[in-house]
Amino acid sequence: MHMTTSTGSDTARRWIDPGSSRIPYWAYTDPDVYQRELERFFYAGHWCYVGLEAEIPKPGDFKRSKIGERSVILVRDTDGGIHVVENRCAHRGVAFCRERHGNRSELVCPYHQWNYSLKGDLIGVPFRRGIKQEGRTVGGMPADFDPKENGLTKLQVASRGGVVFASFDPKVQPFEEYLGPTICRYFDRVFDGRKLVLLGYNRQRIPGNWKLMQENIKDPYHPGLLHAWFVTFGLWRSDNKAELLMDERFRHAAMISTRGNAGQAGQATAGVASFKQAMKLNDDRFLDVVPEAWWGEPTAVMTTIFPSLIIQQQVNSVSTRHIQPCGPGQFDFVWTHFGFEDDSAEMQRRRLRQANLFGPAGFVSADDGEVIEFSQDSFAARDDASTLVELGGRSVENTPHMVTETLIRGMYDYWRRVMEL
Amino acid sequence: MNTRLSADDYISLLLFYQRYAETLDAGQWERWPDYFADECSYRVQARENFDRGLPLATLSFESKGMLKDRVYCIRETLYYEPYWQRHVVGAPVVTAADQHTVSAHASYAVFRTKPDDVTQVYNVGRYQDLLLRAPAAEHGWLLQSRLCVFDSDLIPNSMIYPL
Repeated sequence: MHMTTSTGSDTARRWIDPGSSRIPYWAYTDPDVYQRELERFFYAGHWCYVGLEAEIPKPGDFKRSKIGERSVILVRDTDGGIHVVENRCAHRGVAFCRERHGNRSELVCPYHQWNYSLKGDLIGVPFRRGIKQEGRTVGGMPADFDPKENGLTKLQVASRGGVVFASFDPKVQPFEEYLGPTICRYFDRVFDGRKLVLLGYNRQRIPGNWKLMQENIKDPYHPGLLHAWFVTFGLWRSDNKAELLMDERFRHAAMISTRGNAGQAGQATAGVASFKQAMKLNDDRFLDVVPEAWWGEPTAVMTTIFPSLIIQQQVNSVSTRHIQPCGPGQFDFVWTHFGFEDDSAEMQRRRLRQANLFGPAGFVSADDGEVIEFSQDSFAARDDASTLVELGGRSVENTPHMVTETLIRGMYDYWRRVMEL
Repeated sequence: MNTRLSADDYISLLLFYQRYAETLDAGQWERWPDYFADECSYRVQARENFDRGLPLATLSFESKGMLKDRVYCIRETLYYEPYWQRHVVGAPVVTAADQHTVSAHASYAVFRTKPDDVTQVYNVGRYQDLLLRAPAAEHGWLLQSRLCVFDSDLIPNSMIYPL
């Protein structure tokens, strides 16, 4: 099956190669493909990340967030319950909430003062029953106007371990089922019910297709090559003990790695230009790693929750990374760093210090955004080529090592089925 | 505490701010740590985090050694498209001064020019500084701490060089 496109060239949108090891460039650039992705991944059938409960601790607290290109509001009700509503007034469509966070007893669109409860129910419409003029009632809404049918769009909400997901799809499967048991285990490893402490945000706009960021964190091949700090200090090397695991539909994944061999030459560093055996930090507090009991054996687990979230645990640095697509050629990437309620002051300092490795300026990850941009540059320039993801073969399976691109093939296997392309 | 500086001291402070910017705009990264005291901090923090009292900074260095580690990273370990920076730094406002230190802040705008591309406004914000009088140092002052609080809500992809 292929799509009709605005260019009329429907052969250009046919996935020619079998399987999912060659990804056509148009998958990253075509506006119709992108619209279908929004409809099928972000607005139906999937759970998308909206925020942390720690961002809205008190009744009336709200946080504005994004699902795909749609603005939503995450809000805590007076009874402590959590709701997610679309930031779009039922009246004239105004995306009325302009503050990024705050506290309110109700949600009001100032344009015509339609007001809604924190659940999103329409409570008040000014002049609904008209006004009295010379003894007669004039104006007002039609008699059959039903406030119950004109509230804000209410989303399905799933909160697990303090992390809130939402879905526009009333028929979306239960969240635990959505993750599947394997990924759920790694999700719960970080979010085991401890209260989270918000440390702050990093926001960047990356000029590349949103899927490239999912792929970046489903690609254990690059960290030991591109990222000099990872390979040199052994935080992530191709010969680290590792496991790559997916849910049964291959959409989510966990890359699980155990640090080893810091600074030692070997197979994983032979010929690797970024391996700097002689590199010594002037201040090694950047890498003042203290193992935490909840890690278990792995020192790093990078989890991708399709389509919108990456959960980072790289030694003591933990964050959520929220993918917010804006057009086929760019996305906003929001990092929320956090710690845990029982962290000592010293552990919090350590998490903040290690945050220097990540984010848009990170010693390690600043170049992830750069390479995504450079890939997109080529995708935008031609329609007739594909990327090649055949390390470890052309099939999709969990592996007990990281010398493979199986997770990317898995994601595109799923993508092709949902997109019918 | 006296908040007045002599005219000569203020002019030397002005020059210090301009020299710092020139050094960065010239890409002389190895000279960047020279503007700092041995015990120093340098942080680049989103205004959102600063205003809300959230501790995360986009870059957070606590020693001159960390600044040198960043310089090595810029030179040797990060892969990025090189760019030029152009700082426009407003006149510093001195909020406190004594015989050893000065507290001051100044607005800055940094433009970024990438090869084959138009110049863009890259990052705007405010330096919040604590400076030490250092008659023996090249520019007469040393930064004990520099906090760059930036308004620019979205970083255009990446931030490689210091501000």
